[in-house]
Amino acid sequence: MALANAQPAKHALRLAPTLVLIVLIAPVALGLALTLLPAFGYLPVLGGERLTLTYFAQLFATPGLSHSVAVSLLAGLLTPLCALSLVLLFLAGTAGTRLERWMRRLVAPLLAIPHAAAAFGLAFLIAPSGLFMRLISPQLNGLDSPPDVLIVNDYWGLTMSAGLIIKEIPFLLLMALAALPQIEPDKRVAIARSLGYRPTRAWLMTVVPALYPLIRLPVYAVIAFASATVDVSLILGPNLPYTLSVMVLQWFNDPDLSYRFVAAAGALLQLGVTIAALLLWRLIEALGAGLGRRWVSRGERGAGEAVLRVSGQLGVGLAVLVSVGGVLALLINSFAGFWRFPDNLPGAWTMQTWSRALGEIAQPLANTLLIALVSTALAIVMVLAVLESEQRAGRRLSPSMLLLYLPLLVPQIAFLFGLIVATEFLRWAPDIKLVIFAHLIFVLPYTFLTLAEAYRRLDPRWSQLAATLGASPWRIFWRVRMPLLLAPCLTAAAVAIAVSVSQYLATQLIGAGRVPSLTTEAVALASGGSRGIIAVWALLQALIPMLGFALALFLPRLLWRNRRGMRGLH
Amino acid sequence: MKEHHLQLENIHIGLAGKQLLALSAEIRGGEVLTVMGPSGVGKSSLLAYLAGFLAPAFEASGLVRLDGEVINQLPAERRHVGLLFQDALLFPHLSVGGNLRFALPAGEQDKEARIEQALVAIGLAGFAERDPETLSGGQRSRVALQRLLLSQPRAVLLDEPFSRLDTHLRREVREFVFAGLKAAGLPAIMVTHDAEDAEAAGGRVIQL
Repeated sequence: MALANAQPAKHALRLAPTLVLIVLIAPVALGLALTLLPAFGYLPVLGGERLTLTYFAQLFATPGLSHSVAVSLLAGLLTPLCALSLVLLFLAGTAGTRLERWMRRLVAPLLAIPHAAAAFGLAFLIAPSGLFMRLISPQLNGLDSPPDVLIVNDYWGLTMSAGLIIKEIPFLLLMALAALPQIEPDKRVAIARSLGYRPTRAWLMTVVPALYPLIRLPVYAVIAFASATVDVSLILGPNLPYTLSVMVLQWFNDPDLSYRFVAAAGALLQLGVTIAALLLWRLIEALGAGLGRRWVSRGERGAGEAVLRVSGQLGVGLAVLVSVGGVLALLINSFAGFWRFPDNLPGAWTMQTWSRALGEIAQPLANTLLIALVSTALAIVMVLAVLESEQRAGRRLSPSMLLLYLPLLVPQIAFLFGLIVATEFLRWAPDIKLVIFAHLIFVLPYTFLTLAEAYRRLDPRWSQLAATLGASPWRIFWRVRMPLLLAPCLTAAAVAIAVSVSQYLATQLIGAGRVPSLTTEAVALASGGSRGIIAVWALLQALIPMLGFALALFLPRLLWRNRRGMRGLH
Repeated sequence: MKEHHLQLENIHIGLAGKQLLALSAEIRGGEVLTVMGPSGVGKSSLLAYLAGFLAPAFEASGLVRLDGEVINQLPAERRHVGLLFQDALLFPHLSVGGNLRFALPAGEQDKEARIEQALVAIGLAGFAERDPETLSGGQRSRVALQRLLLSQPRAVLLDEPFSRLDTHLRREVREFVFAGLKAAGLPAIMVTHDAEDAEAAGGRVIQL
């Protein structure tokens, strides 16, 4: 009844969700459409005026294409499968233990390492002349020169998948840890244990079925990313042939502009591969659910408890070890002078690599910072506007807001390609503003993903109380909700900065190579750069997100040092 | 002090087509109307409706008059209806003084003096800079009541205000809350499970 509705039907932010959605979805839709047309030969600027299937024929005639597709698909399934299983097993085996609390603190710094830096770290660790081989040579294997085996850039892209798994574990951990409080895992496990189930098994049986739907979207994002990654593939992936996404990029960069049509057809194929990976994953989901139901209904209480508990800890432990070891390998390489093969450490140390790199760093560093800070600021404002409008309307956002996550599920190359066609058509010169906007498309969904739960979970009594004390909605927002949510907002900002800094393709393509960032420079070194130089750039690339997360952790503690009630509020 | 009065005329609250409660009442300044009943009967929805936070999923009708003015259509912050919860809910990011200052109307003169005065009145002189977390349970309840009164409400809603306190503290807090409301001439509606609360309030009791 109209009279009863105390909430004002119109509030200042009511259009925010729709506007944000348009800003986000329009470029993706436009980009996809403008990839589709050139794929079928239509791109008048380059003389393509008739629809034709020639370029698809040319695409499918590329030698090694089927292998490229297979590797992309494999990475797209292996990565979520391993990362998700390990994360779930780890959480099941460590629920409520000190190990879990440690991991909660480790998640942020691990997440902060950009994909490219982590990939370089892994390469420096496990390459034939890497840190690991040096540690075991010659004592364990008698080698005094690096073995002639293809570890990095292997044919099936297994090292690439390993690199992706290591990076996605902290991401899925963060998402799972954020979702868990909603489903009260302790109560579920307590009930199962009172029925005689051992703890790890109890967790897997009672928590996972409720948890998975809550983290399904991040899992899909992992699939989309892994099946279409460019930067990790350039560093760790196979090169005879390359993965599909890298092939597309090379066609796109070909001096012969007619290859743009083949690139568009390839980008469309990439979209198909990612969709296929997602559909196959749905099948794996169904299979997993079926097996899980049989497992639960068998009613075994304790068999295999130790294996279940230890496997997750070992897997996640190894991933953490490799991440940290990778950073260590980068550090050593960046200061290494002459370094004979089986020696564990360089024979000479030098600052030369650093001082040389620091001379060239100013422009890329300034670009990286500017892009990251502006896109983060925009994303935070837009996400807060959407979440605040939800609060003021007093009802959940419409399900159409799920479209917000579209940019995470569509392979970047599939729509960035079309966006470039659009900017060229509009005669917009590639510049930093366009790059910032392109970053925003990816930064915004991750910001929303990180902040939404904390915003919605804040006790509604705080704002109700403030309103009864006479505070207007804006006063409540600034004086109550923002201070109480400062810590999660800063965490979301740190995630946003990390996402922006790690963007390779959006910077490289939309900037047309004219907006160098730490990431594009580091990845460009992947083929042919010296190890020392690569290490310096990768470390610099990792430094900014690290600082972001450190600030997000430290600032609330400093600000609220005299406010005991603000501790443990989140 | 001016006495306020609150009238509820044919209040109906329902959810998904099912009626939860129907109520009419008139409460004069200094009087406490107690509403009792089992969980799920709509007591909290009644308070949410009167304060202006009822979720859109509910259907509600009726008139709420405060000092003769119909307030149904007003947003919560302009209703002049104060609220006390189970917990004191002092804002954890503000000092004790900051919590009181938050409640003072914008145009208020000489806020610092008003705050110190309010603290003196509850025996907490000099506590303005303290972290609310360092106060005892009883002190927090007093600050919460003082904060409510500083916002110059014309009516007050109490949502099981004493249920989280232990027996000893409960009697003490109950006494000063009711005394404070009476002294300020405020009509109040209290929702509770506790028969002792109802008795101490000394007003009419409605069983839902």
